[in-house]
Amino acid sequence: MITAERKPLDEIMSYIEPYHRILLVGCNECVTVCAAGGRKEVAMLSSALQLASMKNGKTLSVNELTLERQCDPEYVDTLAPQIEGAEAIVSMACGCGVQELARRYGQVRVFPAVNTKFMGASERAGVWAERCQGCGDCLLGLTGGICPIARCSKRLFNGPCGGSNNGKCEVSSEMDCAWALIWEKMKELGTTDQYEAVISAKDWRSGRGGGPRKIIREDLQ
Amino acid sequence: MMKEFNPVIVAYCCHYCAYTAADMAGSMRLSYPCDIKIIRVPCTGKVDPLYVMRALQEGADGVLIAGCLEGDCHFKNGNIKAMQRVTYLKTLLNEIGIEEERVAMVMMSAGMGKQFAEIVTEFDDKIRNLGPCPLKRNQEPEQILSEAV
Repeated sequence: MITAERKPLDEIMSYIEPYHRILLVGCNECVTVCAAGGRKEVAMLSSALQLASMKNGKTLSVNELTLERQCDPEYVDTLAPQIEGAEAIVSMACGCGVQELARRYGQVRVFPAVNTKFMGASERAGVWAERCQGCGDCLLGLTGGICPIARCSKRLFNGPCGGSNNGKCEVSSEMDCAWALIWEKMKELGTTDQYEAVISAKDWRSGRGGGPRKIIREDLQ
Repeated sequence: MMKEFNPVIVAYCCHYCAYTAADMAGSMRLSYPCDIKIIRVPCTGKVDPLYVMRALQEGADGVLIAGCLEGDCHFKNGNIKAMQRVTYLKTLLNEIGIEEERVAMVMMSAGMGKQFAEIVTEFDDKIRNLGPCPLKRNQEPEQILSEAV
């Protein structure tokens, strides 16, 4: 999922400082799973903003709503009846959702309430870790299902660097060395004979390095 | 003459321990401040952080969550979850600028009637010393729920 974390409260308060009626929109997908911007978090942030406003003697009205997704125009359209009563929109979705709201409802200012972080997976309850960098040309089949682009600090393609220390990266003792993980996984799978096969330099144009990307499916239009 | 401050304190008490302790305090005819409004919940694990936030919004000066002793929760670890949520709420209240002491978690057994009275009296004193919740209520804020949480 795309992970995110709520912005500091005073930052969000500074965005809505001139406004008295806001629309606070959550998203039922990724940000719900990482407990950053779903229905519950919308309710909590609404209360927090109102308490903070009351502390400053300001009355703040909050219209709370959570969409199934904020990245699909069909869902974003359903907000239309709520827009008239709103002086500003605060979105708890990832950057994709915030931008879709801003695109559709251009006449109202839209502010993000979360910082979008990374594409990752749950390691255990309450812990999410980066897993994918969206490079556009997946090589997970060659590395035992562990991504050296997302999980190696240096994005190395052919084994660990000299900083690998007892399975940990030199960046932090809490960070696993991706290549140590890959080696252990290859031992488990019995594919260590493929370890020394050279993975050649990547063409990064399939990734963000080639500019903003788009997928077009003619058959689905 | 200054109007005397009588705090409004909401106490979420779990059915199996804290509420029973409160009941025992009653049976023992022990006095504790009438500022304490008890809400019985099946387990403190039922208490969503949102309940605390809405209580403060609606006029509570303090919110107490009273559950079972560690290891004794009727639902295994609901009280532990409540403790974690209270810790989170304290950091959130600090961000908002409300004193974190206004929300607290306490633990007791069902037989601790005397301690229930003592604990809530102590919490009441703490809230009296802190004063009313620092919110200026010029007019009631409008909270439109386009859907239920």
